[in-house]
Amino acid sequence: MSRVTYNHMVVDRFHGDDPAADRLFQALADATRRDILRRVLGEAASVSTVAAHYDMSFAAVQKHVAVLEQAHLVVKERRGREQIVHGDIATVRRAGEQLAALENVWRARVERMSAVLAEDDAAAAQRHDTSTPHPVAPDRRDGRPTGGTS
Amino acid sequence: MTVLSATPDTDALTLVVVADLAAAPDRAWNLWADPRTLERWWGPPTWPATFDEHDMRPGGVARYYMTGPDGTRAHAHWTFTAIDEPTTLEIEDRFADERGEPDDGMPTVRMVVTLAPGGTGTIMTITSHFASADDLAQVLEMGMAEGMTLAVGQIDALLAEG
Repeated sequence: MSRVTYNHMVVDRFHGDDPAADRLFQALADATRRDILRRVLGEAASVSTVAAHYDMSFAAVQKHVAVLEQAHLVVKERRGREQIVHGDIATVRRAGEQLAALENVWRARVERMSAVLAEDDAAAAQRHDTSTPHPVAPDRRDGRPTGGTS
Repeated sequence: MTVLSATPDTDALTLVVVADLAAAPDRAWNLWADPRTLERWWGPPTWPATFDEHDMRPGGVARYYMTGPDGTRAHAHWTFTAIDEPTTLEIEDRFADERGEPDDGMPTVRMVVTLAPGGTGTIMTITSHFASADDLAQVLEMGMAEGMTLAVGQIDALLAEG
């Protein structure tokens, strides 16, 4: 619950003037909905098939699907007596925006790569500073043995 | 600034990211070659990656999952298609099921990573290739939850700083 409230706060602060983004954010703030989305992006499925995966009522799952539908993340269509849900690829944003989003993912990854290298440099420097011979086995952070003979 | 440039090409459906890393190419290579190091940067702090398998040789596979704040696991599968240490690495990345088996119905992203001495140590170029606009859309749709959570995590940090 606090997570959803928190997301609301974020939405208010950053997307408060964009109801579509608000719906999108809210739709994705819930783990079950993200899971449902993952399922139906891979393969269209009936609401009852989707519901069978969750330990909750059919009505509750249907409600989650409705929230995803309002955010244009999924499309629901009637096929005979069943309602088929699939990920709404057709309404996702243009390729340029998609690539911009991916760019952000990579910018964040590169920042983390640099942080990893800097942390390891700092750790190596510290080991060097305190490099009085150590009587016990050298400590490696990954727990693997050092040296070629062990 | 460690990212020197990012060039999206909407016709070719590629994104080329060029970064300057402050380490020699062999250490930069280790960012990919050592699964424990890879885990420290592949996923954001809110969606850390865990590599169960990481067999970095041509034709070898890696299986990993990313764990969300609520315990949700998103599984993925890599095939290493080309390796030339420490200059070139090619990976096919696709979504996987809970057992880590690749999902053939899902799009594949081909990543080509090249490392060359330069800048403050290494110039790393990462090119992501998508087979179609739908594939690109689908990959990002899947990654969106991660992106959203990342944004929340960053705001969290800002708020904590007061």
